[in-house]
Amino acid sequence: MSSKILNNELFLMAAFTVAVLTMPIWLEPFGASYPDLLQKFAIFGIFAIGYNILFGLTGYLSFGHAAFLGVGSYTAVWSFKLLTMNVIPAVIFGTVLAGLFAVIIGFISLRRSGIYFSILTLAFAQMSYNLAYSVLTPITNGETSLQLANNDPRILDAATASGSGLPSTELFGMTLGGYPGFYFCAVMLIIAFYVSLRIFRSPFGLKLAAIKSNQTRMSYTGFNTRPYLLVAFVISGMYAGLAGSLMAVTDPLAGAERMQWTASGEVVLMTILGGVGTLFGPILGAGLIKYFENIFSSYNEQVLHEVFSFLPDLMENVMVFIVNPFVGEGWHLTLGALFMVVVIFLPGGIMEGFNRILTWIKKDRSKSDDDGATIKTRPSEG
Amino acid sequence: MDAIFIQILNGLDKGAAYALMALGLTLAFGTLGIVNFAHGVLFMLGAFCAVSVHKILTFSLKVRDESITFFEAYKEIPYLEIWWGDTGTAIIDYSVPISIFFTVPIMALIGIAMERGLIRFFYKRTHAEQILVTFGLAIVLQEIVKHFFGANPIPIGAPDIVAGSAPVGAFFGFGDTMVYPWWRLIYFIFSVVVIGGVFSFLQFTTYGMVVRAGMADRDTVGLLGINIQRRFTIVFALAAVVAGLAGAMYTPIVAPDYHMGMQLLVLSFVVVVVGGMGSLPGAVAAGFLLGILESFASMNEVKQIFPGIDQIIIYLVAVAILLIRPRGLMGRKGVMED
Repeated sequence: MSSKILNNELFLMAAFTVAVLTMPIWLEPFGASYPDLLQKFAIFGIFAIGYNILFGLTGYLSFGHAAFLGVGSYTAVWSFKLLTMNVIPAVIFGTVLAGLFAVIIGFISLRRSGIYFSILTLAFAQMSYNLAYSVLTPITNGETSLQLANNDPRILDAATASGSGLPSTELFGMTLGGYPGFYFCAVMLIIAFYVSLRIFRSPFGLKLAAIKSNQTRMSYTGFNTRPYLLVAFVISGMYAGLAGSLMAVTDPLAGAERMQWTASGEVVLMTILGGVGTLFGPILGAGLIKYFENIFSSYNEQVLHEVFSFLPDLMENVMVFIVNPFVGEGWHLTLGALFMVVVIFLPGGIMEGFNRILTWIKKDRSKSDDDGATIKTRPSEG
Repeated sequence: MDAIFIQILNGLDKGAAYALMALGLTLAFGTLGIVNFAHGVLFMLGAFCAVSVHKILTFSLKVRDESITFFEAYKEIPYLEIWWGDTGTAIIDYSVPISIFFTVPIMALIGIAMERGLIRFFYKRTHAEQILVTFGLAIVLQEIVKHFFGANPIPIGAPDIVAGSAPVGAFFGFGDTMVYPWWRLIYFIFSVVVIGGVFSFLQFTTYGMVVRAGMADRDTVGLLGINIQRRFTIVFALAAVVAGLAGAMYTPIVAPDYHMGMQLLVLSFVVVVVGGMGSLPGAVAAGFLLGILESFASMNEVKQIFPGIDQIIIYLVAVAILLIRPRGLMGRKGVMED
């Protein structure tokens, strides 16, 4: 019954749309309801959904997706500089150009699989990063990162150019900072989610899943797997490009550090934490990581003393001493530890945890009802 | 000719670091079948062993500086100098070579702890999961080091005698103008000794013979009543020691900071792939080869033709190798060719 409702696409999309659009309201009690963070949720949600289409469905572990994110950002900023401050062309150009990059890199990288694929993508990402810092400085502006300037041409905006100061990104006259910016990203997230839902439930998605479970058998049935893999790679690259251009939309600035391989590592973490190959997992993982990054890194020793002030003095000091390395500057320590725990004990991520609890409850109930029927646990999409 | 010779020399020390790292990675992969993304951190930990030894040796007493008279100034005198005078100063000067004696046991312990505590649970999991868990471990260890030593690089000098440059030109009859830092030369020789040690351990001892047999066919060796698992653990510890030594000796060349290992890790994976997964001579050869290639690519003459080539040459080579000859330069046929 409940699974039937969950499988109804219309209901799923409606629920998701409502949940995303009301995020400013229901995140209020968690102290996460401010536009900056909400934008990050949406943007990294898109990034992780896209990554999941590649890694979750086909099992190909790419360590180079940050390169597409960077390409998207740079393209969007260039669109702001040369064409117009309207975000629509920026987003379209960013996504398309990242897609083109993905075609090239994917075409070469996908000739190998397994760890070789990981290293190939890693090598390409590092190449882009190094080049962005050295030879390509005319395009990327190197370490100072690409920014808007007053004397940019902005061909399409020339007629309506007004006043001094840097222009801000806009959507047909509406300035996209703060909440409007979030809602723009949120709409993109909803569209991205819908596309990923369609992919998951299409014959194409099934083929990708089949490649993951046994590629050899798939090719023995006379099936050329590579075009499918390439399409999946390009789609996920375009998602990354979209996320990158949205980053530029909310803050028109693009730096090379976005392309570093640790940034690729981050999206892997998000996907794994939420649940690889599930629909909701990556969004959940992205949200959790960005949330805790924000909350944890704002803590320092004083805040900790306040938090533990209800304890007796000695206990308070001990607790602060223990917790202190994990918050503030040391937030990455928490992230790494959490990540290890998830990979070791819960390879399916948070979604697997949910499912385990659900089956446990069901089992418990059926035992007490004593209906004796076998419990069928179908692998849930989340 | 001179230019070529000096570029080869320039590539040697970097190549030595690549080779040592790649050797350890290949050992771990060949024996345990583990893709270890935490190997770069082992290099970093080795470097920080040297830093710690240096810190302990220079543990200082704060005293009034008498030479400054207008205001109260304090200077720090290391206890070693107070106790032993010039001998103490000499010991501090040699802190990097001394740290080797501490690095070996510490890194061996860390290696064993890592293998027993975490990695042995991941033999049967996929490569992707091995990569992910060791990547997580790498983040954790990095952050711990950052917590204790801060985020800034900590420079440590080489001993005074070898702080200058060696007149290598005179050694080989190229004229006196050609000089090369002593410590880099020492690093290269040291790495050759370490690599030679590892190879002769595997090649000429019974223990090494069993390990090699285990690498070839683990099950059969196990059936002969040999506890191959224990030997593989020791080999992993050996890999950790090699990485640690490479790191400790590298401190006078590049001041260590907490994320130095990660940058090197990516490169050494590329080196392993170029050399051929599971091939020890391949890893070493590819390490030196790529180091030298990189230093040639950073020559001005080359950079004028291909701008930026020095930044990407290693990755380009790796891509070419993976596409043309996936088993690498010296990889065995059929091993990890997919």
